[in-house]
Amino acid sequence: MDSAAVEPSLYTVKAVFILDNDGNRLLSKYYDPELYPSMKEQKNFETNIFNKTHKADNEISFLEGMTIVYKSSIDLFFYVVGSAQENELMLMAVLNCLFESLSQMLRKNVEKRTLLDNMDGVFLVVDEIIDGGVILESDPQQVIEKVNYRADDNPLSEQSVAQHITEKLALTSNVLQSAKEQIKWSILK
Amino acid sequence: MIKKFDKKDEESGSGSNPFQHLEKSAVLQEARIFNETPINPRRCLHILTKIIYLLNQGEHFGTTEATEAFFAMTRLFQSNDQTLRRMCYLTIKEMANISEDVIIVTSSLTKDMTGKEDVYRGPAIRALCRITDTTMLQAIERYMKQAIVDKVPSVSSSALVSSLHMVKMSFDVVKRWVNEAQEAASSDNIMVQYHALGLLYHLRKNDRLAVTKMLNKFTKSGLKSPFAYCMMIRIASKLLEETEGGHDSPLFDFIESCLRNKHEMVVYEAASAIVHMPNCTARELAPAVSVLQLFCSSPKAALRYAAVRTLNKVAMKHPSAVTACNLDLENLITDSNRSIATLAITTLLKTGSESSVDRLMKQISSFVSEISDEFKVVVVQAISALCQKYPRKHSVMMNFLSNMLRDDGGFEYKRAIVDCIISIIEENPESKETGLAHLCEFIEDCEHTVLATKILHLLGKEGPRTPTPSKYIRFIFNRVVLESEAVRAAAVSALAKFGAQNDDLLPSVLVLMKRCMMDSDDEVRDRATFYMNVLQQKQKALNAAYIFNGLSVSVPGLEKSLHQYTLEPSEKPFDMKTVPLATAPITEQKTEIAPVATSKLPEKLAPCRQDIYQEQLAAIPEFQALGPLFKSSEPVQLTEAETEYVVRCIKHAFTNHMIFQFDCTNTLNDQLLQRVLVQMEPSEAYEVLNYVPAPSLPYSQPGSCYSLVRLPEDDPTAVSCTFSCTMKYLVRDCDPNTGEPDDDGYDDEYVLEDLEVTVADHIQKVLKPNFGAAWDEIGDDNEKEETFALATVRTLDEAVNNIISFLGMQPCERSDKVPENKNSHVLFLAGVFRGGHDVLVRARLALADGVTMQVTVRSTDENVVDVILASVG
Repeated sequence: MDSAAVEPSLYTVKAVFILDNDGNRLLSKYYDPELYPSMKEQKNFETNIFNKTHKADNEISFLEGMTIVYKSSIDLFFYVVGSAQENELMLMAVLNCLFESLSQMLRKNVEKRTLLDNMDGVFLVVDEIIDGGVILESDPQQVIEKVNYRADDNPLSEQSVAQHITEKLALTSNVLQSAKEQIKWSILK
Repeated sequence: MIKKFDKKDEESGSGSNPFQHLEKSAVLQEARIFNETPINPRRCLHILTKIIYLLNQGEHFGTTEATEAFFAMTRLFQSNDQTLRRMCYLTIKEMANISEDVIIVTSSLTKDMTGKEDVYRGPAIRALCRITDTTMLQAIERYMKQAIVDKVPSVSSSALVSSLHMVKMSFDVVKRWVNEAQEAASSDNIMVQYHALGLLYHLRKNDRLAVTKMLNKFTKSGLKSPFAYCMMIRIASKLLEETEGGHDSPLFDFIESCLRNKHEMVVYEAASAIVHMPNCTARELAPAVSVLQLFCSSPKAALRYAAVRTLNKVAMKHPSAVTACNLDLENLITDSNRSIATLAITTLLKTGSESSVDRLMKQISSFVSEISDEFKVVVVQAISALCQKYPRKHSVMMNFLSNMLRDDGGFEYKRAIVDCIISIIEENPESKETGLAHLCEFIEDCEHTVLATKILHLLGKEGPRTPTPSKYIRFIFNRVVLESEAVRAAAVSALAKFGAQNDDLLPSVLVLMKRCMMDSDDEVRDRATFYMNVLQQKQKALNAAYIFNGLSVSVPGLEKSLHQYTLEPSEKPFDMKTVPLATAPITEQKTEIAPVATSKLPEKLAPCRQDIYQEQLAAIPEFQALGPLFKSSEPVQLTEAETEYVVRCIKHAFTNHMIFQFDCTNTLNDQLLQRVLVQMEPSEAYEVLNYVPAPSLPYSQPGSCYSLVRLPEDDPTAVSCTFSCTMKYLVRDCDPNTGEPDDDGYDDEYVLEDLEVTVADHIQKVLKPNFGAAWDEIGDDNEKEETFALATVRTLDEAVNNIISFLGMQPCERSDKVPENKNSHVLFLAGVFRGGHDVLVRARLALADGVTMQVTVRSTDENVVDVILASVG
């Protein structure tokens, strides 16, 4: 690579992803279609990065020709990826904005369970911070205002309870159904 | 994996991922509730989230099912739940490529984008532009223009960024929004400024003048956004690079002033821009280096990393500029972030004194196993540079390298180490034996065929000339027994070289060869049989021609010639001399070691430059009867850099002719040139046969015209000549914006600088790995010798470089390097003269007051010897 010949451009972020503490993808966006076009390559890349970074909280690394800034919180890992020539501090600004916004939205409970319970909000936050690789907003306060999302106080919301009950009901009716069948058959015999 | 997860779930009680076992079909089933009235926002939201989550996990959606879900989703626009609406936008963006007929949401999105709810407007614009094509874009153009200048920052930003995405697809439409973008750039909001600047630059980047104007305006008005400043610094440094502007230009002043910005991001960007500028003086670097030095002690790892990485780059070109930071770098050696520590050490290795080398090497070996392969390569490169600087330290390095070689590591890493050891061996003759021993040990257990063959080749070249060549035979023959075909073949070739050079080893080598002739692989057997027969002749000339110095033709050229020969069978045997020669590999400048990044791209096997020219020239009917291309010179500039027309010339030599290729570029955007040719007036008996003009030369698109010249036949020694050149053409004025030319034009001409043809243009470089053998092979039939005094030259180095560049021949046996503190030196040069005559030159140099030079020339052709001696005199 040579240095100064970088084309000035707003396309700063190559990818951003959030992994859990087993390295599984919770959210990931790739903004450069030439970088890891297939899902398999993307997941390989993520696993590779995760293996090299999850042990030490080092904040920044350089892997597979990419500058990677990262941050962890309880059982979550946040990554922002840029090209080798990218200004590391710009990537850091994106990472901080992402983390701060989520932290505010989730009322400081930045952990996997809360994050997943508010996944819609998380998608919206990422969408407000980066658009197609361009930094759209870097101020967490602004992001939160724009997203205007209210996190659930109670993770076990009425709706998931309702869902749970419907599933149970479906199961019981199935059992009933098969019991009926069996009885029918035994009578017919 | 899943099982393990389940178990953990049970333990933690509350189950941890509600999306863990999502089934695509089940979720799509659930999506049916989108059609229910009234809409239940909460449930719909949850299902949309599931769909987006699945897409994000890489689940594949078929077109039909995606389209179905998409159409169901459009109903949700009836609900006024904010989050639900926002998730609809996201779904639209995610599905834009997999669902059909996404444009049906255009009207809903247009309504949201122009509506009263500011929360919807920005995201709606972004979603809309995602599904819009060029024709549709014109329909919403009016709204986009309004949105760009909207007073709500999020709307304006969204419109600007979306426009930027659209530039790639519909440049012409977006170009019409320049005025609006200009207005947005003076907004108070920092992100709007940044996005407007980015869009304006993308729209104007082909027009250097406009970019300069824009930059001037913004540097004066003073933007607030640090991001915008970074962007401006990049634009400014690109402009500086393109215009090759001096460092006294206002652009440079602007970049330097950014070093005092209050945002670290901007300060770092400016420092990095200055560091990356070509030809920066130490004085100009100093302020940039001192801000980087401050960053080294920052509590933020990213900032320390950025600083030390940039300092590392400075150290490659200007080690002395970084010495001031040595103390700060020392503190970083123990940084918990190993990337930072590695960069700090490698920088210190470049800037520090010889005495600190041992200590640093010890430090780095303590954690070398912890760092990633990428950084290990950086370490190896630093060591390689160090060896050139302090040749006396080679034993420390060699030990360190051999330890690294034994550790685990990927191919790139191993290759870097092997290359480094090889370069040490070449630089320091006294390290040769230890180096070869390490490499021998390495190939005993090496999984990389490429490296094994490379090392075997090196052993073949260097091994026979060591005091005890016999000890390498065992390592080589082990390869024949144990390895894959490619490695076995390479081992056989290496063995043959031992046999050819050392008479006392010959009988044993012959025995081993005989065993190789029983190999199961064709290539190995063929090689063994061939070498066996050559070796049994026991003739030095045969050995030289067929074992030491292989073919010097270009392989693609040979392939093409042979194919041609088989197409037109003739009585004549195939003549090797008609095959174009391989251009000798240009010895890479070791100082330009690539920085941290090892490029990810696979190395392409590009056809060499000359093969490309050969192809291009063969396509022109006038040049078809000339035979193979013998040599193409490096381009020669015939104009100053900043003139109306830029012309450079490449000289192509053929057996009896020369073609001059003029690459012309028209830098005037209000002119179209037609029928461009370069008229040439030779000073000697050269005859210009033919001109092939370039039909048309529009603004900034390079074109080529050619002149064909016949070399004087009666006097084979007339090799140098000067041509005065004039470019002649028809000018048609045209509109700078549209490029539409006027109907009629006028003839004009432009005087170019004179073009010189020298002896170097007639000689192709050829590397003879074993010069002595080649020298004996040609024999002294056509030998001539003369002595010259070079009065103007003061050092041996200078003399050697002058001779090499003047004759254009390849230095062999690394004789282009003059050892320090010597008063005499022998330079070996090899080449092939036009027509296929080998020519070798031995120049003995002695340094007294000036330099005295005794030149001995041998060639297969008598005339060639005369030409060389005449031109030296």
